[in-house]
Amino acid sequence: MHELSLALSILDIAEEQSQRHGGRVAAIHLRLGPLSGVVKAALISAYDLAREGTPLERAELIVEEVPIAAYCPACAAERAPISVQELRCPACGAPTPEILRGRELDVVALEIES
Amino acid sequence: MSEHPRLVQVRQSILKRNDVAARALRERFHQAGTYVVSLVSSPGAGKTEFLEKILGQLRGTDRVAAIVGDLATDNDARRLARSQAPVRQITTGTVCHLEAEMIEAALEGWPLEQLDFLFIENVGNLVCPSTFDLGEDLRLVLVSVTEGEDKPQKYPAIFHTADIAIVTKTDLATAVGFDHQAAHRSIQAVRPGIEVFEVSAKTGAGMAPFLTALRSRRAAARPDRAPPQVGAGRPAVAHASGSGDRPRTPAGAGHEPPSIEDSPRQFGSP
Repeated sequence: MHELSLALSILDIAEEQSQRHGGRVAAIHLRLGPLSGVVKAALISAYDLAREGTPLERAELIVEEVPIAAYCPACAAERAPISVQELRCPACGAPTPEILRGRELDVVALEIES
Repeated sequence: MSEHPRLVQVRQSILKRNDVAARALRERFHQAGTYVVSLVSSPGAGKTEFLEKILGQLRGTDRVAAIVGDLATDNDARRLARSQAPVRQITTGTVCHLEAEMIEAALEGWPLEQLDFLFIENVGNLVCPSTFDLGEDLRLVLVSVTEGEDKPQKYPAIFHTADIAIVTKTDLATAVGFDHQAAHRSIQAVRPGIEVFEVSAKTGAGMAPFLTALRSRRAAARPDRAPPQVGAGRPAVAHASGSGDRPRTPAGAGHEPPSIEDSPRQFGSP
């Protein structure tokens, strides 16, 4: 259930930003990586609970799931590993321990109505 | 309602609060010379028994203590206390993981500079702890032979945040038909290159190589606080920034590791 505390953090960030920019938050854009340890559906339902009765009650949470990216030392290039379960280069098969992206758990933008 | 909403770029990690707290802890541990190791696993994988053995075996040579997170009971803390090492308990209630601020609160009044190792046993859970940095130097993920060889495939995120994998309860391996090769393949698939140890806390098998690795990791991370008996290990190239910003060592002490073998081993004595 750590999604609930994360949902509360999302509301905190959005609240703080909306005060800074003025206006009502219509939507919150979130970027979620497959290695963040967070499940999209669980986060959205936790968020729906958390926003009730707050000034952000009508702010929609829009989650963009970003793919994992790693560095392949053999190809000397950025690659999308075969899967989160199989961190190998799809081109040459070399292990890709160095993760470049995939741990994101970021609020990236807000839609604000004046 | 009719107006087009403005799009405001934000780019802020949801975990910022925890990350800030974890960074402060990491700095504090570094300053104090305490090497901090956390343990994560599913419930029942053997964290407590493994840690009890570690505490018992390190206690003769190193100053050790532990913090244990548990949902409701203090059973684990009481088991760990049998090792005679100082143990503190964090009861998390319904929270399924430890966060950096909980560690900070649990450290209240503990003189960290008198500790060589601090162990943090997380709540038994292979999902939630992966998201939260605790400021630790080293994270161990434990998986027991009874859990099935594909556990890493099911919980890749936690294996990703771990530095060492420990296969526990190897005394049961034959009884449960544990496939060592499949397990190692599975671990390496999700976390290529991770160091893996197989141990039985019950029989003691595999504990010695693990403790050797633990000591050399500490020596590399805290080069000016290495116990005298630790010589081997890799050259201390990592954490190079640490040596310059630690005012703890008296001026002129330079490269000489301080002698600590005569200092009292009990934690808490001045």
